[in-house]
Amino acid sequence: MLAKRIIPCLDVTAGRVVKGVSFVELRDAGDPVEIARRYDEQGADELTFLDITASSDDRGIIFRIIEQVAEQVFIPLTVGGGVREVQDVRNLLNAGADKVSINTSAVVNPQLVADASARYGSQCIVVAIDAKQTAPNKWEVFTHGGRKATGLDAVEWAKKMQSLGAGEILLTSMDKDGQKSGFDLALTRAVTDALEIPVIASGGVGNLQHLADGVKLGGADAVLAASIFHFGEYTVQQAKEYMAKQGIEVRL
Amino acid sequence: MVDIAVVDYGMGNLRSVQQAVRKVAPDADIAVTGEAAVIASAGRVIFPGQGAAPDCMREIRSRGLDRVISDVIREGKPFLGICMGLQVLFEHSEEGDTPCLGVFSGQVRRFASGLHDAQGSKLKVPHMGWNQVHQLTHPPLPEGVKAVALSPSGGKLDRGGDHVLWNGIEQDARFYFVHSYYVDPRDPGLGQATSDYPRPFVCAVAKENLFAVQFHPEKSAAAGLKLLQNFINWNPA
Repeated sequence: MLAKRIIPCLDVTAGRVVKGVSFVELRDAGDPVEIARRYDEQGADELTFLDITASSDDRGIIFRIIEQVAEQVFIPLTVGGGVREVQDVRNLLNAGADKVSINTSAVVNPQLVADASARYGSQCIVVAIDAKQTAPNKWEVFTHGGRKATGLDAVEWAKKMQSLGAGEILLTSMDKDGQKSGFDLALTRAVTDALEIPVIASGGVGNLQHLADGVKLGGADAVLAASIFHFGEYTVQQAKEYMAKQGIEVRL
Repeated sequence: MVDIAVVDYGMGNLRSVQQAVRKVAPDADIAVTGEAAVIASAGRVIFPGQGAAPDCMREIRSRGLDRVISDVIREGKPFLGICMGLQVLFEHSEEGDTPCLGVFSGQVRRFASGLHDAQGSKLKVPHMGWNQVHQLTHPPLPEGVKAVALSPSGGKLDRGGDHVLWNGIEQDARFYFVHSYYVDPRDPGLGQATSDYPRPFVCAVAKENLFAVQFHPEKSAAAGLKLLQNFINWNPA
């Protein structure tokens, strides 16, 4: 049976992995290549790198990091952050990424998702959606690292991205991100039920039960977490053993 | 003359294939190439590929690689197909109603949508992630009977498949998949492994010097590297 995936997420800026609360207040978590290797040894199913570099001067750093990781780690690597055109997708794939995550640019220019998936295949195009609850069972898409409201409904937007060729959705609840109180399960359930493509739940994991809930209650195909792994609270292996005990199919 | 040619026809990122092969064969001369002459003279050939079947077949034909691929297979050179490099070996793909290379009889079909697994989860298409690969023996064993071998410590191990490319890989080990179509060979004897989604489908085939898989060994951690290493060391009779 297909396993539910556990994906550690590495937010990278100025060559370091950092983690913030609700998209601000960054805390240093270490060297990206070293951390990637550690998660691979612990049995991570994939790794996601988000380049949150503000200055365009530092954009070359992520390429060097991905090149180094891809030489040592033989699991799928997703890279996102600042992807604006098809050439950016190409450059990241050439550096060693297997999938590229597109967020703000998908809203600014939805044709980018169509063009990139037509050129490189849906399997390597992930659309990242940052969503915030606006009413019961209503969520709005935000861009620019969560700073800009778009007026788009998150479920409708996810369906549109699927129709344009996205191979997967990385769904982050801005309300929950960094709060360690668990995923927004209603949001996760609403999006995963509406789609045929896999959905990665993100934002809010504070303990291992939250990961299990994302799969069992939220219906997620994969769960993404950062700080519970970065700061040594749990290993990926512990997370998988915990989920397996609850009857969730995982790769052990 | 290179040791290993990784066939590049502009479909998908071949860097990860190259990296993984380099990891298991650090001294080998590896070329990522679309040049027919280089492929024809290589010691062994890896044929990867991602993307849609119509685009893949168009690129293969426009670069004249269809002929060199069938020559390489006929000459008995070790040949490993990966993902689209498995699918296009069959006669026809439902994806875009595409005639393919026809090395094997059979069709490439799309997974049905709206199906659920045993735990009630909706099965998404593409089939993406780590799934178990059940190695087969030839002839097949009766239902419920496992092939066993003695482990070095004397215990009995489930032996797995009988093809040498499975050597050292645990029965039902997980490999990384990402695909929406699967192969349906006319000759059931070609199958070297199956996976379930939710019904069993063939995820590896072999015949003589040819081995081809639906999953991505280059992205399947230790099990994948082992399969690539077995391929590098394979000398088909």
